[in-house]
Amino acid sequence: MFHYTIRRLVVAVPTLLLISLIIFLLLGLAPGDPMAQLPLTIPPEVKEKMRLSLGLGDPLMTRYALWLKQFFWIEPLHVIDALFGLDLSGDSQRIVSWQSRAPVADIIAQRLPQTLWVVGVAYLVGTAIALPIGIISAYKQYSWFDQIGTLISMIGFSVPTFFTGVVLIVLFSVALPWFPSLYDTTLQVTDWQSFLAQLRQMVLPVMVLALYNASQIGRFMRASVLDNLREDYVRTARAKGLTEKVVVLIHVLRNSMIPVVTVIGMGVPQIFGGAIITEQVFKVNGIGELLISSIQANDLPMVQTLTFIFAVLIVLFNLITDILYGILDPRIRYD
Amino acid sequence: MTDVTTQATLTTRSSQSLDVWRQFRSHRGAMAGMLILGLILIAVIAGPWLWHVDPTEITMRARNRGPSLAHPLGTDQLGRDMLARLMAGGRVSLTVGLVAMLLSLSLGTLVGVCAGYFRAVDGLLMRLTDLFLALPLLPLLLVASMLFREPLARLLGAEAGTFLLIVFVIGLTSWMHAARLVRGEVLTLKEREFILAAQSIGTRRGKMIQRHILPNVLSPVLVSATLGIASAIITESSLSFLGLGFPPDFPTWGRLLYDAIDQIQIYPMRVVMPGIAISLTVLSVNYVGDGLRDAMDPRIRGR
Repeated sequence: MFHYTIRRLVVAVPTLLLISLIIFLLLGLAPGDPMAQLPLTIPPEVKEKMRLSLGLGDPLMTRYALWLKQFFWIEPLHVIDALFGLDLSGDSQRIVSWQSRAPVADIIAQRLPQTLWVVGVAYLVGTAIALPIGIISAYKQYSWFDQIGTLISMIGFSVPTFFTGVVLIVLFSVALPWFPSLYDTTLQVTDWQSFLAQLRQMVLPVMVLALYNASQIGRFMRASVLDNLREDYVRTARAKGLTEKVVVLIHVLRNSMIPVVTVIGMGVPQIFGGAIITEQVFKVNGIGELLISSIQANDLPMVQTLTFIFAVLIVLFNLITDILYGILDPRIRYD
Repeated sequence: MTDVTTQATLTTRSSQSLDVWRQFRSHRGAMAGMLILGLILIAVIAGPWLWHVDPTEITMRARNRGPSLAHPLGTDQLGRDMLARLMAGGRVSLTVGLVAMLLSLSLGTLVGVCAGYFRAVDGLLMRLTDLFLALPLLPLLLVASMLFREPLARLLGAEAGTFLLIVFVIGLTSWMHAARLVRGEVLTLKEREFILAAQSIGTRRGKMIQRHILPNVLSPVLVSATLGIASAIITESSLSFLGLGFPPDFPTWGRLLYDAIDQIQIYPMRVVMPGIAISLTVLSVNYVGDGLRDAMDPRIRGR
């Protein structure tokens, strides 16, 4: 298991480096001019100086190396400093947003909790709904429960998240004023009242994302349980006289979870993508909303860092999934 | 002699496709999906011939009207006819979906066949596929459409430039699943006897791929194609919804939804209509894909 984990880790590092290079080249070679937004009254020679001071005059590879150093060495040092009150980083140059002139890491640190809250809760809710529905659907294949479940999961899978979000707003905050349509990010949870308010404003975004996830995971769970129910070991277990509960919930469930764990793990990055749209619908000020607003403002360092953070999340969760898969299914390890 | 063989292959092939069709017809969802998809296609393609209203014509006097005889689905905030806009938008959205799917499929098939057939490039191409799968696609799509929109628009005009850009970025970021699928299929095909037979009579590589490999990977590719259209339509409308798709006066379903969202409290129908159009199309395409997959799967077809 140790060797397997190490092997996976060794693959993940060059992948991340290559992705960072792709992102960097895409942004670096793009025909857009980062100075295009500046007022026309600035003389050309001043503009040229500003370009040089932003480091745009250096060769591309120098800029890439500098960015790598900033992202992997200087920014982590600053994070450690902030956490433990040390001063390891000194006055080294940080990645600074062109829009707000604040370090990119600080802004992301402010925005990340909102995204993680909404996305995390939605994913947990979605998985918690999907697993039992998938099991019951497969166990009672072609029953009315299965038919309705399949239809709903097909709908949840097909309807884009921005439309489910809009429909939920029309239904539950315009027609029936039950939940707020906008996410109030200034809300501080201090007492029971504000905790309830926080819960109420999370309901709609979480519902949107959870529906999407639950339908995807539910479909896989159903297929996986169906495959396993036909296996010989199920017949053996029944022939031994085990109760249906034990057969389904212990024997079948454990084996069908193996592929589903992969789907759950691989779905995490996807839900971050979905969060970009959902945050835009409900005006949650998470990192997805930050990405959109910095794209609109041509804020290249911020866009670069955020895109790379998304890539890190994807590679990280792929790694976790691979390792979990190795733990669950010993055949994978000795490949 | 040749006549007999061609006839024989024709009858066997037609009976196989008959089998597939029979299985497909027994899938109720797929049949319903095909019906609805057909209706949407007819409405979108033939609609503008029957409904002669310009989707971009602005009539300030007839702003924000409800459904009436002159405007069956009402008008928007600039007095443009919603029915005409929905039909025009559907044309663009479906074209984007189709073209992007074709692009991603040909790329995926190319990579898949090369990786499966030529062992020398297999490792490299599959690592490339893995790398693309690990890319954060939606953020990259957004970034690419931010960076390349204006230069392309200057080069080709706003509409054509955006169309090409969106089709290309969607195609270039969605070929990976098709490639993996095709590679797996080619790898199993390579072990079959008829390939060995073809090899032993001296069939050259190009002919081999064209004659024996490609026709046999068609069925998994077909399923992947239907699902590809669905996801391309969703991606296009998401880009438009985030304001990074087509220009404002150019109707697509995603753009119509995005334009209407400011007034959702007063005119919710204007948001719901394009949304339903997108959702119905994607839902029926997905059902057709589901039915096709079941019909193509010989394990299920026997039952």
